Amino acid sequence: MTTIDGPCGAVRTQAAGPGVVLSLRGITKAFGDLIANDGIDLTLRQGEILALLGENGAGKTTLMNILFGHYVADAGDVLVADAAGALAPLKPGTPHASLDAGIGMVHQHFALADNLSAFDNVVLGTEPMWRLRRRRRAARARLRDLIERSGLTVRLDAPVWTLSVGERQRVEILKALYRDARILILDEPTAVLTPQETDGLFDVLRRLAGHGLAIVFISHKLAEVMAISDRIMVLRGGRVVAEMPTAETDRGHLAEAMVGRPIPPTVRRPLPPGDPVLEMTGIDVPAEHGRAGLVGADLTVRRHQIVGIAGVSGNGQSALSNVLCGLVHPSAGRLAIAGRDAAGAMHPADAIAAGVGRIPEDRHRDGVVGDMALWENLVLADIRRPPISRRGLVRRAVARARTAEVIAAYDVRCPGPDAVTRLLSGGNMQKLILGRELERTPSLIVANQPTRGLDVGAVTYVHGRLLEARAAGAGIVLISEDLDELLALADRVAVLYRGRLTAPLDTAAVTIRALGLMMAGHDPAEAGADAA
Amino acid sequence: MRLEPRDTVPGALRIGAPVAAGGLALMLSAVPLAWAGAPVWEAFATMFGGALGTRFALTETLTKAAPLILTGLAAAVAFRAKLWNIGGEGQLYAGALAAVLVGSGAFVLSPWVMVPLVLVAGALAGAALMLVPTLLKLRLGVDEVVTTLLLNFIMLLFVQMMVEGPLQDPMSLGWPQSMPIIDEAALPQLVERTRLHSGLVVALVAALAVWLMVNRTVWGFEQRAVGANPAASRFAGMSVGRVMVTVGIISGALAGLAGVGEVAGLKGFLTQDLSPGYGYSGIVVAMLAQLSAVGVVISALFVAAVYVGADSMSRSIGVSSYIADLIVATALLTMLLATLAMRFRLRWR
Repeated sequence: MTTIDGPCGAVRTQAAGPGVVLSLRGITKAFGDLIANDGIDLTLRQGEILALLGENGAGKTTLMNILFGHYVADAGDVLVADAAGALAPLKPGTPHASLDAGIGMVHQHFALADNLSAFDNVVLGTEPMWRLRRRRRAARARLRDLIERSGLTVRLDAPVWTLSVGERQRVEILKALYRDARILILDEPTAVLTPQETDGLFDVLRRLAGHGLAIVFISHKLAEVMAISDRIMVLRGGRVVAEMPTAETDRGHLAEAMVGRPIPPTVRRPLPPGDPVLEMTGIDVPAEHGRAGLVGADLTVRRHQIVGIAGVSGNGQSALSNVLCGLVHPSAGRLAIAGRDAAGAMHPADAIAAGVGRIPEDRHRDGVVGDMALWENLVLADIRRPPISRRGLVRRAVARARTAEVIAAYDVRCPGPDAVTRLLSGGNMQKLILGRELERTPSLIVANQPTRGLDVGAVTYVHGRLLEARAAGAGIVLISEDLDELLALADRVAVLYRGRLTAPLDTAAVTIRALGLMMAGHDPAEAGADAA
Repeated sequence: MRLEPRDTVPGALRIGAPVAAGGLALMLSAVPLAWAGAPVWEAFATMFGGALGTRFALTETLTKAAPLILTGLAAAVAFRAKLWNIGGEGQLYAGALAAVLVGSGAFVLSPWVMVPLVLVAGALAGAALMLVPTLLKLRLGVDEVVTTLLLNFIMLLFVQMMVEGPLQDPMSLGWPQSMPIIDEAALPQLVERTRLHSGLVVALVAALAVWLMVNRTVWGFEQRAVGANPAASRFAGMSVGRVMVTVGIISGALAGLAGVGEVAGLKGFLTQDLSPGYGYSGIVVAMLAQLSAVGVVISALFVAAVYVGADSMSRSIGVSSYIADLIVATALLTMLLATLAMRFRLRWR
């Protein structure tokens, strides 16, 4: 595999002719002062799976949006092979040109019409507007053939809203293939899948690559990149910092290349569990808006203990987190926090008073008021308590001083306490929330997806802080879809499936595969036996 | 060409953009003026002179600004918390009605007691009228835009019933007007032989109080938080309902005070044409001010000057005084452009 760098690279690529389906040369794109892409070269060959690895903000998505015509590059060329294999420049700035050139893209957030059938979603936009008959039979025959060859099984006549997330993703891929895509771009395709669904997707991708499809796989998950790709390109700060065949590297090297410095592994020292800080028995929460509630959930969390909650999103995680944060009343069951009964009149203020530190799933919706200053967000829950306010007046100097302390202690990168919170990056916003919650030394911490959307550096930081809180005596409920995270941090893991919570298992005795089966609704014993 | 969001708004722009918006509004309204055949320069000169040119003109503008400041504050306080109070007009009439009930001679006390009493009664009446839609919104999810708007008409008809019935002045020769406010309850004049009354002082004090509340108190903090992100406010333990009720009460009370000023400071008795739509103009004033208390004072002065000036222009040049509505409406649109310019930066590429 040719590594391209330097000005003469372009010439060499052209010479490398056969098999090359896509060639980006010196792509540069700036947004204001931020250089999102800085002279990026990329070559993609027929039948190859190229992983594009990088943290948030490394420039992966910008690069792909340029390729797909959403953005126009400030400098550089995009060359795409036509059906005969000759490279030709792509007309910039129109997704239509990219589609015509055989580039298909599956976005992280699917672009499907929920009320139409899978079949109609695939065909949508490929039929001429002025033809009276739809020629569905021919389209269907072609689609059946595609499904057969690719292994993308989908219920074609079911409305999309009835399909599972995995099925919807297959519809998206079929959509691209139906338009004769020769290049398929997948943006973080595994974020919404169970481990088993991910394996299924990987089988399909290998099969498609075998048929000659060139695939770009965008991800920040090292394990998956190692498992699926032939070649890896690492982006950092808008530049290509490493490029190598997958067989010649390992996760440690990739992580270092991605972050730019060595990453210390997360170490969880064993600690003897203390008194229970959370005792839940038979908690019921009604389902809401099609998302599962809780059915007879039992859970005990002790001091010095992290209990992980695994499960595919939408199986009752929100209900569990809402109950513990005081947002929802359980309709039945007993709930005690730090030994005191709490199921009665629970309000968020009661949860805070009971000593619950809360890291919400959606930082922007529940965590902060984006349009207010950092200091205002830091004292959001304390505004009625001295020393933050006295006789109804806000003591702004006190609040600012406290914020400055948290900013320093939690390494929040920002212009200062008066900066508008909305402008913080995800990682810094999460550090602010962490600082706000941990500074109260809560006895119970509810962390719902605390590292979602954060880059490796921030993830490591959050993990470290949670482990420190555990060592200091807090009990932690860690709700996460990232099984690696759960296995690294949690002492015990329970699985949520359709509102039912399994008994927690010792993390040392459980495998990712067993957890995956339990997340898909299999019996723990059965899953365990399967794993063994 | 594309718009990029700004991280921070430069100070010069914060002041300059609204001023430019006002100027642009006047320039744009020159077009229909010329179309109507009026000499544009002369028309604007008359308008300017009629609003600010003489001592009397100035006091007229200030007199008109007083109720606009109060209804503008009422809208600004409510809108900041995303409580859409369109019922300033009805609350104004409720305040005026309460002022008449308390201040038309049912009992007579010293002015030092009567005047505050009339003010408090009017504020309470306005607050009570706004409390109903606020509670309906919180308890039953009824859209407050609809209820506050409809309450305006209910209140106006109720006032009509009162001034033609139980409250009618027996000395009015059958005109639908209420018994007059007694001298002890009347808001004192500010300037001799003009209509300017101490309702203006009430309005300015209210503006200062609202500014302090929004920017320095726990109440204001909670109101801003709930308005900007109710989910996060609730998550932080605030009682969103209680904050909304406080906002509704304060907003209604401010509009009620506007009614007290008009009836006990200016007119002396209640009629069903007491307000030429101050409640609705208050919304425009608040939007022009971008919901800031200081801005409300400035934009209320601007709107009052336009109305007073346009009146004198229509008298001397013969252009319809509806030109005032046109100028104010244009100013609202140019102000929207100015906010756009403040939030985004135009980039050519």
